[in-house]
This record gives sequence, structure tokens and C-alpha cells, in this order.
Amino acid sequence: MLRTAAAVVAGKTARVLARRRGGGSAFPGLVAERIDPRILRHALSDVRGGIVVVSGTNGKTTTTKMLVALLRAHGRSVFTNPTGSNFTRGVLSEMLPQLPLGGRLRSDMAVVELDEAHAMRFIAEVPPTHSLLLNVARDQLDRFAEIDHTADLLARLGAASTEGVVANCDDPFIARAADAVDVPVRWFGLDASIADRLPELTEHDARFDDGPAPRDPGPGDARLRPRDERTFDVVFDDVVVGPVTLQQRGLAAMINATAAVTTARLLLGEAFDAGTCVEALAAVRPPFGRGEVVMVDGQPLELVLVKNPAGFGVALSTYGSTPVATMVAINDNDADGRDVSWLYDVSFASLRERGVALTSGVRAYDMALRLHYDDVHTDRVVPDLDEALDTFVATHHDEPKRIFCTYTAMMALRRTLAARHGLAHFGEDGPA
Amino acid sequence: MSTELLAPDGPSKGTITLVHLYPREMSIYGDRGNTHALASRIRRHGYTAEVVLHDPGTPFRDDAHLFMGGGGQDSGQARVEADLEAIGPTLASMAADGVPMLVICGMYQLFGNSFHTVTGQVLPGLGILDVTTRGNDKRMVGPVCVDTEFGSVVGYENHSGSTVLGAGQRPFGTVRAGYGNNGEDGTEGARTLNVIGTYLHGPLLPANPMVSDALIAVAAERATGRPFEPEPMSDPLADEARSRQVRRLVGTR
Ligand SMILES: [Zn+2]
Repeated sequence: MLRTAAAVVAGKTARVLARRRGGGSAFPGLVAERIDPRILRHALSDVRGGIVVVSGTNGKTTTTKMLVALLRAHGRSVFTNPTGSNFTRGVLSEMLPQLPLGGRLRSDMAVVELDEAHAMRFIAEVPPTHSLLLNVARDQLDRFAEIDHTADLLARLGAASTEGVVANCDDPFIARAADAVDVPVRWFGLDASIADRLPELTEHDARFDDGPAPRDPGPGDARLRPRDERTFDVVFDDVVVGPVTLQQRGLAAMINATAAVTTARLLLGEAFDAGTCVEALAAVRPPFGRGEVVMVDGQPLELVLVKNPAGFGVALSTYGSTPVATMVAINDNDADGRDVSWLYDVSFASLRERGVALTSGVRAYDMALRLHYDDVHTDRVVPDLDEALDTFVATHHDEPKRIFCTYTAMMALRRTLAARHGLAHFGEDGPA
Repeated sequence: MSTELLAPDGPSKGTITLVHLYPREMSIYGDRGNTHALASRIRRHGYTAEVVLHDPGTPFRDDAHLFMGGGGQDSGQARVEADLEAIGPTLASMAADGVPMLVICGMYQLFGNSFHTVTGQVLPGLGILDVTTRGNDKRMVGPVCVDTEFGSVVGYENHSGSTVLGAGQRPFGTVRAGYGNNGEDGTEGARTLNVIGTYLHGPLLPANPMVSDALIAVAAERATGRPFEPEPMSDPLADEARSRQVRRLVGTR
């Protein structure tokens, strides 16, 4: 007990100091953990309504945000790691300000987003009651991981969940993993009417000959049925949540919402209310870099974070129906992924008609070369990001604009946008 | 197996058949980009590209003029094993006959004599290249610059296998930045006749079009029975992308 209190105090102190220095978000968690290695387990031991781990390659941040909003709209107090601090110590650091000296969090529920590797560290410490398994895709950030390995980690997360698993029935890796767990599974996926759009969203599972067998939705399972670009229904066998209109566009965001609704229903049981869900989802603002819109001289400029082939592909198909002036900024720092090979696993054909105004970033020429191989014309190659942004705004002044960018390119562009176009202060989201 | 014909804009100088070995199982880290680059360059040189995607268990095109194979995960390699064993002898005799082939990473290892796993298992290779690979705990990852007979070549390596060349085996090039075959002897890849084995993803060919042209030249001759008739081509984007990487990795010299 004393030890826990000491850990909490030390962690809180470290957090204040780190904030003052503008330092990283993992450090306070590390300090607290050194003093009491079990602090995370203690902290979550009074959380009775569910400890949920959200994992998968793409959409963790968006889905977590939506799930938390749904649960809170139903009156539950929820702890989460909103800064996208995608690791165990980040979760702990986030928790410290809310933690009483007794070291036990006073929340009904906890929903944390963790990448696959950190989810393993988390479950070693705290068995989650539920896990939400989104998808498995190649991610260039994880330089060592093979996709099979990622799938295996998610299977272990599912197996460690004590009460239930929510799984994507359209993702072959996830479906195989969830089929193997002992606890009840709720499935979410695309309605049969849009099954043809599946290839945009999933990675082929080369380990097996066939994809997952189609499965009929059972009680508590949900299917996504879009009405148009922005509006959709989440269909259960006994209730329809919808029409839902999100602030974010595209199929990927709709799937994330469907996953969040399915999970919320499993957690809330009888208390689940469809109308409350529709309202809550409509109010969720897009997380950092997921289709965020900045007004620049009266014209919208959209920032779209791209970090792996599946994500870039989904982003291109999401925005393909409304072509606007486009810039692509590719850096190859650690947080971007140093290997740019993955750009060749994306098809850029949808940009062919309109062309690309500029490529920028450290790998600006590699990006322009990539586009060239898909017969997409690039007007200018300007490696310097600030110069590129100024040129982009000047040459396409009176029209909507869109920038696809890797993580560190986005951070740099946001800083410049903040300085020149009054963009509000922004958070410290990680490259989640 | 699927086949696609890409015709040039003008009259065709002939059809070059390009086989991508196991695109589903063995194309990690953008290796498909190599096939894409070859096909598009064949077209721009005025030839028709017949692109064949060869899947395990489908008929093998022993009349092809050019082969490309990429890297894969263990599960991918396991799934091509039987097919590779079946087509191996034909591939080997085609290689000995001078058919140009580019094999990257996992397929490079499979083209060698053998692969020794960390647990001591010995997996035989096709023996087309005189190289031997040992599984390793150390992973060799990062950007690479290699001096080759084609000039400076840039790419990105990501492998745990450590490859050693046989006594008479020529490397693909000499490492200027990065690990190469094993991180020790300064060699990268292997080259026998017109077969190039290398660890370079990136993918290799788009940024290094001179390697594409070398492979296409041989393939064109084999396809048409006439010397290669290239179209004059400038590659400002590839040249700039490559020279910037060279400067970043080895400085200006
Ligand atoms: Zn490799």
C-alpha cells in the first residue's frame, strides 16, 4: 500500500516535471513502475465494468475514441489513453493524474488502444475482460515483424480475454484468431450488399488457400450497411443503429464505428440504446491526422496520415470520389518507417486523371518516381516541406486541397500551418 | 496463374515474356514494384510485355525470357516449396542457358545451395547461385548503397539470413553503406551469368533503371533473336531519387 502510494506520488511528480520540460509521455509511467511494478494491475483492480484492449494495425485510435464516446454517452465513466500513447507505460502515465494515492482508478470501465506488441506486455500485467480485434495489415513501422507474427500476437490477446472478444469477420487473420478462443465472440463486418469492397480493406492471408468462410450474423453480431458516402446503419438481428453520420468520411471510419458499436453493446448489455449511439457517434471529432480539415485562406485543406499500404489504399479510395488538388509528403525517419518500399504496394491509379500537384519530404523524388510508374503526373517536386506547403497553397489558392503525409511530415506541416494559418494548438498523438 | 499483355504505344518490336514467381507468397516490401518497373520499361522501349504471375501448382512457362522473384515470410516460403522443387531443374537449366533472372531476399536464398536454420536444420536450395545462407539472431535492416558494374545501386535490406559466397562466386556488388550479404565481408548479392540475387528491396528496380535495362536487353535478344533496340530514355526522377540516397548514405565523393 505504502509502496503503491510512493509510486503514485513519484509518477505524478515525474509527470509534472516532464510536462514542464515538454518531454515524452512514457517517462512518468516508467518512474511509477520502477517503484511498484504491479502498479498497473492495482490501478485497474477496481474497474468492474470491463477492461477492454483495442488492437490491430489500422484504426485503433479512431475506434477507441468512438467506443469511449459510446460508453460515456450511456453514462459510464471510462478511463482511456486518448493521446494515442500506444504502450503500457503511456497508459500508466495517462492514468497518473486521475489516480488517488490508494492507487486504484475510480472508473466504471477502461478502454485502451495498444499495438500488438504492447498488448502482450499489458496482458502479462492485467488480464483484459474484453478485446476488440480490428485487422492485420503490413505496417512498415514494425520493421521486424512479419504479418504472421502480428496475427499470432492478436490471437494471444484474444485468448487472454476473460469474458469476450469482438472480432472482424472479414479479416482472415482476425477471423482465424477469434475462432480459436474459448470466450463468446461477437462479430462485426460488411453487409453482403457491399462485400465487393472488401479487398480495399483486407490483406490476403497467404498461409491458407481460402479466405474466411462467410458466416451468418448471430445475436449481438453487427453488419455495416452504408447508405451513401457519409451515412450508414449498423445492423443487428434485432435492432438497427442508424442512420449514423460521422464527421469523418469513408468506409474505414464506418467499419471502425461498427466495431465500436458491437463492442459497446456487448459491454452494456440491456443498457445499450441505439438512439444514444447515433448521437454519440455524430459528435466524435476525427482524431489527429485522420481526415482533419484546416481552413487556409477560406479553403479547406485536409491532412491525411498514411503509414502502410492498406491505410494508404483505403485513404485513396475514401477520397477518390472527390478529387481535389493533392500533395504527397513522404519522410523516412524512424516514426515514418525508414523503408519506403511499401509505396509500391499501393495503387495510385485513382490520382491519374487529376495528377498530383506536389511531392515533398525527404523522399519526395522517390514518391514522384512511384507516381510516374502508375502514370500519375507530378507537377513539382519540392523536398523542403515548408517551401512545398507555400507553393501548394499559392498555386491552388482558390480550391480545396488535400495532403497525404507520413507521420513526421505531418508533424512538420502542422507546425507550419499553426504558425501561418492560425491552426489551433494540437495534441501529442503518436503515430498510432 | 494470370497473364497480362502490355503493348507499347507504337508498333511492337516483339513480345518479352516476364514471369513473376509466386507474387502472392513471395512479394514482401514492395517487391511487386520490380515487375511493375520491368513491364513498364519494356513497353517504353517499344516491346510488348507479357506479364505472367506464376502461382504454386500452375503450369510453368519454360519459354519465358525474364524472371523476377521476391522475398517472403516463412509461411510464404513453405507454401512455394513443393512447386519450386518441381520447377527447380527447369529454372536451373534456363539460368545456365543465360535467361536473365532477378531474385530478391528470400528467393535469393532459395536460389543458393542451402539454408541452415538457427535450429540446425539444413534446407536445400536450387543451387543456381553458389551461396550458402545461415539463419541468424541478428537482423540486418536499413538503407543500402552498393557499387556494382551498373553503377551505384540503392535499396533497403531487411533480412536475418547471413549469406556467404562460394569460392568462385561473383557478388552483385560491393557494400558502401549497409550490411549486404553478411555484414562482414563487404559483398552484396551474387551474380552468375544473367542471374542477379540480392537483398535489396526498395524496391530495387524503379530507382535503379540501369539494372532493369541490363536485364531487359538480354531478354529482348532472347525474345526476338535480334540485338536489343532500346529507345533513348531519360530518367530524371530515378536519377535524382538515387543520387540523393547515395549522398545521404555515403556523402559526396
Ligand atoms: Zn528482405
